[in-house]
Amino acid sequence: MSDPVLEIRNLDVNYGLGDEAVHAVRDVSLTLHRGEVLGLAGESGSGKSTLAYGMLRLLPPPGVITGGQVLYHPRDGEPLDLMTLSTANLRRFRWSEISIVFQGAMNSLNPVHTIAAQLCDVIAAHEPRTSRAAQRARAKDLLKLVGINADRLNSYPHQLSGGMRQRVMIAMALALEPRVVVMDEPTTALDVVMQRQILAQLVELRERIGFSVLFITHDLSLLVEFSDRIAIMYGGRIVESAPAQDLYRESLHPYSDGLLHSFPALRGPRRELTGIPGSPPDLRAMPSGCAFHPRCPKAFEPCADRSPVLAAPPGTSSATDNRTVACWLHAVERVNT
Amino acid sequence: MGYLLRRIGFYAFTAWAAITINFFLPRLIPGDPVQALIARSRGQLDANAIQSLYILFGLDTDTGIVEQYFDYIGQLFRGDLGLSFTFFPTPVSEVLSDSLPWTLGLVGITTVISFLLGTFMGVLAGWWRGSWADMLMPVTTFLSSIPYFWLGLIAITLLADAGGAFPSSGGYDPGVVPSWDMDFVWSAVYHSLLPAITILISSMSGWVLSMRNMMLTVSSEDYITVAHAKGLSERRVMIGYAARNALLPNVSGFALSLGLIVGGTLLVEIVFSYPGVGFQLFQAVGAKDYPLVQGIFLIITLSVLVANLFADLIYLLLDPRTRKEG
Repeated sequence: MSDPVLEIRNLDVNYGLGDEAVHAVRDVSLTLHRGEVLGLAGESGSGKSTLAYGMLRLLPPPGVITGGQVLYHPRDGEPLDLMTLSTANLRRFRWSEISIVFQGAMNSLNPVHTIAAQLCDVIAAHEPRTSRAAQRARAKDLLKLVGINADRLNSYPHQLSGGMRQRVMIAMALALEPRVVVMDEPTTALDVVMQRQILAQLVELRERIGFSVLFITHDLSLLVEFSDRIAIMYGGRIVESAPAQDLYRESLHPYSDGLLHSFPALRGPRRELTGIPGSPPDLRAMPSGCAFHPRCPKAFEPCADRSPVLAAPPGTSSATDNRTVACWLHAVERVNT
Repeated sequence: MGYLLRRIGFYAFTAWAAITINFFLPRLIPGDPVQALIARSRGQLDANAIQSLYILFGLDTDTGIVEQYFDYIGQLFRGDLGLSFTFFPTPVSEVLSDSLPWTLGLVGITTVISFLLGTFMGVLAGWWRGSWADMLMPVTTFLSSIPYFWLGLIAITLLADAGGAFPSSGGYDPGVVPSWDMDFVWSAVYHSLLPAITILISSMSGWVLSMRNMMLTVSSEDYITVAHAKGLSERRVMIGYAARNALLPNVSGFALSLGLIVGGTLLVEIVFSYPGVGFQLFQAVGAKDYPLVQGIFLIITLSVLVANLFADLIYLLLDPRTRKEG
């Protein structure tokens, strides 16, 4: 296992203040290693996007980060805690170290500026000494990188198709050669053919340039194929984290199992699709104990009362197997209590 | 380019329609200008005078309405709008050219200032919502709900009448001769201060409110979050991304309000007896001065059309989505 680039430690994010606050992300810890693709999956409202925005302090009000650390390990020097970074430093940090490709391919580009202007302004903001000609040349190279003809440079966003716009966003995300790229459902707004094209391109670019990816999606089958490791979120918590192949072969948490059986597999033998009964939990009134127990087919006596801890399942060691799960079915202490 | 020509063609057609209506409307009113003059002079005109008036107005010849119509359009192109009754025998065009600069100067400048200032305040209020800037909102809402004539009268009562600091009426001091010297310019500026301030107070809040609303709408767009994530400076995001997009509806509102400069300020000029087009219109209506009313209406219509064309052009410039591919 290579060195960590980004470590999220016990991050808590609320919407609103006081008693009315909704706990969207609770006590989430996650580590992204160098060159790795970490998948983050879960239903709508499970807190995956909130986690991504929260760790970059991009949450609009009323989103508040109430606790935790986000440690970034630079190439050299001491790790930085993004939560305590000054505004000016945070601004320099954003995009040059961690960039984001957002969910809405259609609305991520400013409609009144050309593609060139939007590619250049990020370069100008971080490397003010670059000349205009050099900026444009960089913008041209970036477009070439994602397979868009350089004569599109002076186009406005509305003149491009959805797939092209998302490619422009990916090009923009790579403009400053960041070490981490967060992809928040980058292909949800696109059709399936376009999805595959863009993902294939992404994999190729990652091999060429070498950045780490935090890939957020609800499409688990996509993750199984493209990511090294997968973390599953439910009700604002991580419920399982495992290497992609292990999770696919043998998911431990009943929720992961349900998610896997909600999508047709892209490869391999046919499986029956079952889906998950019920609907995602209301974050304002979370069930007691394990948040998943009202929908869980395997719920038993401790599930409704006590919340399971995210830990290595029995029979594995965290050092070698690198997987954790928060479920009473796989709790070590279950035997004793 | 083709789009532009189509717009210009459309406005030319509208202008023609307005001129035609302007021609026919007064002719639907019973009586004629000579009769109106006879009534005004209370029987002091004898038969000869009446006959010469008919000749003077060109009403002695028995021309058909179609011929009159083409004559009228021909006159318009020569800038001839007929003779005013109230200022008889001054031509309407002369009356208008005397009063237009006053209106354009006072209302034009205040409209531009009001738009710039109000929009800028709206940008700030929208960007820093939830802070002290929100205090601005109840104040502007209150100000925008005050009827203008009341505000003007109160301003005159408090600041102009009985030894107040400002003159209460007129466009310049009766003692100075209109010319481009310091005395006259200063006098004109001094006389316009009070009406200008009252216009600003009552019109600026509209710009603040609409700009703030648009800023709020735009602030939740994805590209604003992207701009933040790109690490652009706060000012760059506010101006280049949020305000730049929020400005679009306000700009078309502004262009339309430019069209209303000429005619929409009746109240200001009446309250302050300001020698502009609005005051002239008020007097002309009172005196049944049809040629003058007709001339003023024509100017108002044309300025609204020109402002609309201007709005189209600005929009074309500001919003690439409205440009058709050539």
